[in-house]
Amino acid sequence: MRQPPDRPRSDGAEFTEAGGHPIAPAEAGAEITPTPQSPGSGRTRNGGFALDARVPPGPIAEKWDNHRFAMKLVNPANRRKYTVIVVGTGLAGGAAAATLGELGYRVKSFCYQDSPRRAHSIAAQGGINAAKNYQNDGDSIQRLFYDTVKGGDFRSREANVYRLAQLSVNIIDQAVAQGVPFAREYSGLLDNRSFGGAQVARTFYARGQTGQQLLLGCYQALERQIDAGTVDMYSRHEMLDLVLVDGRARGILVRDMVTGELERHMGDAVVLATGGYATVFFLSTNAKGVNVTASYRAYRRGAGFANPCFTQIHPTCIPPSGHYQSKLTLMSESLRNDGRIWVPKKPDESRAANQIPESERDYYLERLYPSFGNLTPRDIASRRAKEMVDGVQGVGPLKNGVYLDFKHAIERLGQEVISERYGNLFEMYEKITGEDPYRVPMRIYPAPHYTMGGLWVDYNLMSTIPGLFVAGEANFSDHGANRLGASALMQGLADGYFIIPSTVGDYLAQVGADPGLSLEHESFLESEAAVARRTSRLLAVKGERAADTFWRELGTLMWDECGMARSEAGLRRALERIPQLREEFWRNVRVPGSAATLNQSLEIAGRVADFMEFAELLCWDALERDESAGAHYRVEHTTEEGEAKRDDSRFQHVAVWEHAEEAKPIRHREELVFDYVKPSARSYK
Amino acid sequence: MNLTLHVWRQAQGTSGGEFVRYAVNDVNPDMSFLEMLDVLNVRLIEEGKDPVAFDHDCREGICGTCGFMINGHAHGPTARTTVCQLHMRHYDDGDELWIEPWRATAFPVIRDLIVDREALDRIVAAGGYISVRTGAAPDANAILVPKENADLAFDAAACIQCGACVAACPNASAMLFTAAYVSHLNLLPQGQPERDRRTQHMVAQMDDEHFGHCTNHGACENACPKGISLDFIAMLNRDLMRARRRRQGALVD
Amino acid sequence: MTPAGAAREPVSLYSTSIGKKIAMALAGLVLFGYLILHLIGNLKAFFGEEKFNEYSEFLRAVGAPVFGRSELLWIVRIILLAALIVHVVAFVQLWSKSRAARRIGYRRFDPEVFSRASRTMKWGGIAILLFVVYHILHLTTGDVHPQFIAHSPYHNLVTGMRDPLASSIYVIGMIAVGLHLYHGLWSVFQTMGWNNKRYKRLRRPFAMIVALAITLGFLSVPFAVWTGIVG
Ligand SMILES: Cc1cc2nc3c(=O)[nH]c(=O)nc-3n(C[C@H](O)[C@H](O)[C@H](O)COP(=O)(O)OP(=O)(O)OC[C@H]3O[C@@H](n4cnc5c(N)ncnc54)[C@H](O)[C@@H]3O)c2cc1C
Ligand code: HEM
Ligand code: HEM
Ligand code: SF4
Ligand code: F3S
Ligand code: FES
Repeated sequence: MRQPPDRPRSDGAEFTEAGGHPIAPAEAGAEITPTPQSPGSGRTRNGGFALDARVPPGPIAEKWDNHRFAMKLVNPANRRKYTVIVVGTGLAGGAAAATLGELGYRVKSFCYQDSPRRAHSIAAQGGINAAKNYQNDGDSIQRLFYDTVKGGDFRSREANVYRLAQLSVNIIDQAVAQGVPFAREYSGLLDNRSFGGAQVARTFYARGQTGQQLLLGCYQALERQIDAGTVDMYSRHEMLDLVLVDGRARGILVRDMVTGELERHMGDAVVLATGGYATVFFLSTNAKGVNVTASYRAYRRGAGFANPCFTQIHPTCIPPSGHYQSKLTLMSESLRNDGRIWVPKKPDESRAANQIPESERDYYLERLYPSFGNLTPRDIASRRAKEMVDGVQGVGPLKNGVYLDFKHAIERLGQEVISERYGNLFEMYEKITGEDPYRVPMRIYPAPHYTMGGLWVDYNLMSTIPGLFVAGEANFSDHGANRLGASALMQGLADGYFIIPSTVGDYLAQVGADPGLSLEHESFLESEAAVARRTSRLLAVKGERAADTFWRELGTLMWDECGMARSEAGLRRALERIPQLREEFWRNVRVPGSAATLNQSLEIAGRVADFMEFAELLCWDALERDESAGAHYRVEHTTEEGEAKRDDSRFQHVAVWEHAEEAKPIRHREELVFDYVKPSARSYK
Repeated sequence: MNLTLHVWRQAQGTSGGEFVRYAVNDVNPDMSFLEMLDVLNVRLIEEGKDPVAFDHDCREGICGTCGFMINGHAHGPTARTTVCQLHMRHYDDGDELWIEPWRATAFPVIRDLIVDREALDRIVAAGGYISVRTGAAPDANAILVPKENADLAFDAAACIQCGACVAACPNASAMLFTAAYVSHLNLLPQGQPERDRRTQHMVAQMDDEHFGHCTNHGACENACPKGISLDFIAMLNRDLMRARRRRQGALVD
Repeated sequence: MTPAGAAREPVSLYSTSIGKKIAMALAGLVLFGYLILHLIGNLKAFFGEEKFNEYSEFLRAVGAPVFGRSELLWIVRIILLAALIVHVVAFVQLWSKSRAARRIGYRRFDPEVFSRASRTMKWGGIAILLFVVYHILHLTTGDVHPQFIAHSPYHNLVTGMRDPLASSIYVIGMIAVGLHLYHGLWSVFQTMGWNNKRYKRLRRPFAMIVALAITLGFLSVPFAVWTGIVG
């Protein structure tokens, strides 16, 4: 069978070289590596793969100010002449679209849900950080900056992180002015709490619904612009390709998910704010629709993908209850403040929790980390739980969790206090499991939660493709190898409200308006043809398995071999297995129905097809990052105490992957320099 | 357990629809309702049939995407629960379930159980916001909000825009939804400058969207997965009268 | 795509669905006020023929010398009629809006409404309307009253209530009024936005007690006639 040009690598054959591939990372130049143009790849850009981070000069605290002064401005009267495409309506995309619209640009906004207010940001529970120092407890921009760089295990870009800490302050002002109902004290002042082990109380929150409330603020601002006619909203539209003209991002190809029609949309710049890709593991705390498609399609068109292996696992989720499990529910981390984590000492214990005497329980976190106990950081708590379950000490009907027990807390504080603190979480837990956590210990297990990796961006949040900006969880972000709790919302909003609107303006002022482009340009036609071909291929396979089952199989594989703990052998196994699975997918998937109507099977199949390719990229990155850093834990690299061990001499860089047609992707590096925070090892003993 | 489902199947908005009967066997009580449908769908796909289309995303009761009627109840029988959080342990072996989309003229069916709820977005667009230019906001603590007001505003802002209130209302009225959005902002000091305008515009848009009117049945409150209170409807009524009074002359009241 | 909205300022309060509802509630309150007065008047029947007829006469004479005979009564009647028209017209307008709001109904529908009474408003209201028409033809004009004697309201009342058909219409009418008020009196607080935190809890018991008192109060008269206490 002749393979269509957009066909992904069809099997593992091209990767046989991988066996002998040097693990050492130094194959690409440190700064700029020109790459050969592969014919038919759709890229027309010259000059190779520039990884210039464009960090402005000057002291770190003045960089953003200096930079804004240096930027070119678009005359307000001329802004109408520019169209900006914003894909995604989460905190990052929603804020960007609303602000750009308000500034006077013409904005086209896209999301796959039926309403922009349903973007996955809605699900965030805990809170949002900001260096307001309203509690007068010693917080400052400097401290938030420091905590974030350190929390990211020294794998993020200092200048970006500093700017993030600076802007955090404005975000809260903006949100409050929009009417976001943050928690307050009786004085009428804003309340704060400390989150994720932070030593200062800098987290603003709105009960357990901070994401929903912040997103409502964005959504309302967006609706205001929609009503004013500055933003055209396209909901139930899925982006399936990025269109480049003369090397610049000039449009996107989307599918109207109701009519099935493919549409070409043209703009002077494109902003991707399409979220993370934790659903590559199938089971995760993310929404079912979360996908890598938009980012991945941009990657295939030439955008660099940075650190895909930096994926975060959240330690306190409800374990799966059966093979039909479709997603995992996060239980707030705050539960670890009062709950005690344990497993039975005896492997394969069959007694119920309450019948196991104290002497036969292993409170392993308290045992291993006497000073932090149950409050050890996310990654450590997660890995230890995995060890317990792997060591057949898991609990529950499927032996796939550990206990989080409130018995002692209830004895000490009384049921009333516990219910006041965690009542709604207990209720949610009971709704899902049918068990009452006041009487029976909760069962928890880690689950994929957030992805620090993403499309590479420079200081302006522009990717390696001119005119393609990436915001929010979709970019490789400011979180390095590990994100601190309550920092994702902050980053999404900083990107969307404050950074993108300035830097996109700067870019537009530099490139100028180009009214000559037509939707009939060959790039648009080529893109549409490629997407249509792919869709009809999916429909034509008419195999025997639902796409969902492939997704689940891929996810299980990824979780087993490239999840919480990664080993060279496991990653190689995955790299061998993924192409086989992908091959089976394209041979045996069944997508019923037609492309001309709402067709959820087709949507899923398209996303799974991309995951099938992307998973491989993720494994390559995990394999070649031959160190442990933050959430990326390679079993080969541990300290004597069993903790993650960084290798700064070899890996103090961002790994940026370039797509290569029919070949292994190419790994480039952006070296990281730490002028303000000196890299150190963390210890929680 | 084994169940019999009668599911509304409709290929397109313009085509007619009908109930189709499905027997689903070996349903695990720990499954969520949507997982039960997932299992049915995988079976249908592998039999070469069209799976049942239903809207969903977060599957944890916060995005408001999911929702349909089960035996005449919006989001099923349990209180304060979206269908994605409804678990099969609430059903018994042999139960027969009628599954229908939200029915309202303002919510045309797109396919099977999926309806178009953009009318709700348009109500928000009509005034459900506080106009604040990005970057122009004063320091967050410069605006003091009494805790009671902040809490009450939050209660209203908990609405997830799922549309169950419309679906459950015998009049297909969107009053609870509109009231929640209006009250959230009208209760806050930041929302005062645009208060009258917001109230009038959102009510006018609600009327234009072919929703029914409210006769205070209270079914919406009972169906609402977020427990939005009918008090907000009373508040909306009062705010509308206030807006009229002020427009008719009085500058302050 | 969400189309940009048009100018939306409502032309008048009444042009909104909420405005119509408010008009309905205010008219309902006027009707309710009349019912109370009417009930007090009816209870005079317990004090015998003379008192009752005196009261009837009073209704016609009241207002003198500013108003001529029956003038004030007519003013009240006009207000009542206007209230009824507003109440019913608003109802019809809103009803047709609600019918259009769900053209395709549910196969199964089990809305968890507050009280069953809320779902009787439509037919209950129509029943009241029919009852009032009958009632006026019966006790005011006498057109459907076989033993009607003009200007003898006590006689008309007593003989009227002895008729089994007529009295069962009254009983049905009163039940309709009771249910209507049970929901309506609670509803009016909601419609008018009177939901003071402190008294909110009392709205439902209040509606219940008042509705019950009015229904039983009205029914006491025919009951007294059947048992011979009156007449
Ligand atoms: C359960 C949970 C709890 C969390 N709690 C916290 C917390 O307490 N604090 C914190 O800081 N962070 C938290 N996070 C992380 C945080 O919520 C997210 O990282 C952040 O909201 C991402 O925002 P975003 O705007 O980048 O993307 P999203 O909100 O994910 O939005 C993505 C948008 O892109 C659109 N999109 C995606 N793909 C396509 C496509 N192909 N075509 C068209 N449109 C597309 C979607 O429709 C959507 O509008 C939590 C995450 C989860 C899962
Ligand atoms: C003595 C006569 C009547 C009295 C005292 C009365 C009183 C009331 C009151 C107080 C309400 C509540 C209004 C609100 O919730 O805002 C109401 C509602 C209602 N009335 Fe009446 N009413 C009377 C006659 C009628 C008649 C004749 C009809 C019908 C033709 C009618 C139909 C309705 C309906 C349908 C409602 C519910 C509508 C709603 O709540 O929006 N009523 N009535
Ligand atoms: C058992 C219950 C009732 C009894 C015994 C009763 C009795 C009477 C009597 C005796 C009159 C004639 C008074 C006169 O002409 O002097 C009258 C008039 C009237 N009643 Fe009733 N009534 C009852 C219930 C109601 C109810 C429930 C309503 C309204 C919903 C109502 C509405 C009227 C009206 C509108 C008139 C005409 C008043 C007028 O002359 O303008 N009645 N009633
Ligand atoms: S008010 Fe309740 S039922 Fe209505 S849309 Fe909001 S959350 Fe859903
Ligand atoms: S059910 Fe309907 S009638 Fe009003 S109180 Fe709720 S909107
Ligand atoms: S799927 Fe999000 S609320 Fe049910």
